[in-house]
Amino acid sequence: MTSPSLDPIRFGKPAYIYRGLQQVGMILLGIALLVAMWEGYKAFGAWTDGTWPGTERELPVPSDNLNMPHSYDIVKQLFEPVTRRADETLFSFLFKSAWFTFKMAFLGFVIGTIVGLALAVVMLRSSWLERGLVPWINVSQTIPLIALAPLVVTWGRGSFLSDTQSVAVIAAYLTFFPVAVNGLAGLKSPDAQALELMRSFAAPWSKTLFKLRFPAARPYLFPAFRLAAALSVVGTIVGEISAGVKGGVGRVVLDYAGKYSTGPERLYGSILAAAALGLFVFGIITLAEKILMRGQVGGNA
Amino acid sequence: MTTLTNNAEQSSEQPAVVVQGISKTFNPGTPEAVQALVDVDLSIAPGEFVSLIGPSGCGKSTLLRLIADLLPPTDGSIKVFGKPAAQARIDQDYGMAFQSAGLFDWRKVAANIELPLELMGYSKAERSARSAEMLELVKLPDFGDHYPWQLSGGMQQRVAIARSLSFKPQLLLMDEPFGALDEMTREHMQNELLAITAELGTSVVFVTHSISESAFLSDRVVVLSPRPGQVHSIVDVPLGERSDDTREEPEFFEKATEIREALRAVEAGL
Repeated sequence: MTSPSLDPIRFGKPAYIYRGLQQVGMILLGIALLVAMWEGYKAFGAWTDGTWPGTERELPVPSDNLNMPHSYDIVKQLFEPVTRRADETLFSFLFKSAWFTFKMAFLGFVIGTIVGLALAVVMLRSSWLERGLVPWINVSQTIPLIALAPLVVTWGRGSFLSDTQSVAVIAAYLTFFPVAVNGLAGLKSPDAQALELMRSFAAPWSKTLFKLRFPAARPYLFPAFRLAAALSVVGTIVGEISAGVKGGVGRVVLDYAGKYSTGPERLYGSILAAAALGLFVFGIITLAEKILMRGQVGGNA
Repeated sequence: MTTLTNNAEQSSEQPAVVVQGISKTFNPGTPEAVQALVDVDLSIAPGEFVSLIGPSGCGKSTLLRLIADLLPPTDGSIKVFGKPAAQARIDQDYGMAFQSAGLFDWRKVAANIELPLELMGYSKAERSARSAEMLELVKLPDFGDHYPWQLSGGMQQRVAIARSLSFKPQLLLMDEPFGALDEMTREHMQNELLAITAELGTSVVFVTHSISESAFLSDRVVVLSPRPGQVHSIVDVPLGERSDDTREEPEFFEKATEIREALRAVEAGL
């Protein structure tokens, strides 16, 4: 075993930037494909007059401009005034709505993550509590959010929570679950030998938790965080709608759905805003993962 | 290399390990109760290298874990440098290495070596000085900034040994540390281990199931019999200072044969 000239694997900037560009390129390609399919379907519908070729059977979705406005009309609509007399463009209005929703979703994500991690640690500490808590944690996710959301808002008003904080709590109700479940699996993932090693170092429980169990749990936690981030947006939108909180993108989608016949482009615009919000949240988690898993074999998600 | 004269010089000091009347039963009082060890006595001198060998299930790893206070004994007492095993563990009187290197893959090599020092509250400067020294000792001076997965199996195991010695314990407990390595790497590692422990004056308890490894490394080889685990015999291996030539000397083969015969007797239930 003479030391071989082991070429250190570098995480140099060029490769990093290259991969980032590649990812952006893939996203743009995906958007282009979607637009092509959308417009292709419309062209197909116009050509066959809305039926399958050679039959009287109608296409599953009518391809007229009311049901499926042209993609360029949707984009054009984004830069027109939000209402006839307003100075604000639809884009700016949707951006503000999405930001409003993001703030609630972010708070919900943070609360859910803290609660989820705390539950995971408590269940790790005591198998007795684990057996007691697991059924409740599972049952919590079977209760429909739509049933629960108005209750949370009512209780919130009765105590010290503003309506937006209540919506964050509703989002947290969805986000804590994957974090608790995967977090516990991750905290339990170190093998017996690693735990024996920490014991041989006379490491107290808390040091073993922070120097071994949490770092070892990261590959389990990031998929959970990504799921939790998506759920925090879903939970917030459902929460906004069922709690009647104004200002967020969920409420806007609902409004524009009601005014569909006079402006379908606005509804599609608001759906795009919700999708962009999801993409933004996903991007934040991916970035956090890149930073926190730097240099690791599994850190290239 | 530790020699018998070396041991004689230090004989006035505390023995490194004293095992007295140790028994270990897993799941006592249940239908799954297993007697792993019964009435084991063993004393290890400072600087001495002792191997534990025996068929699988003879309790050699269990005995190592009892000395390390990773398991509580059912009966008997264990003293490490004159202290109860639990106190020795808390005082960090021993270092430990396992079959798999068990490096934390989120820590660079140097940070892995510094882990015990970090837990013991050494300052950053002390830690990096010590890890540099240890990397020098295990002949990996340029690898502190690498991640464990960038190293070969043998190199990882050297890092694990550096970690176990980083706080300079006087006793090293090793559980088949070279078991997963290929033959040539293994022999290199054996040479280096002897050089390192001789330099530091470390006592070693070494679990193995390789006859030649135990004969090459040890001052004494403890042969255990299984079900329940007991000391069958102890083979003295006074081969003096070891080198690669030792592996080809007739005396070495004689000792290996003696250990092999003891193991055969164990398997035959004699």
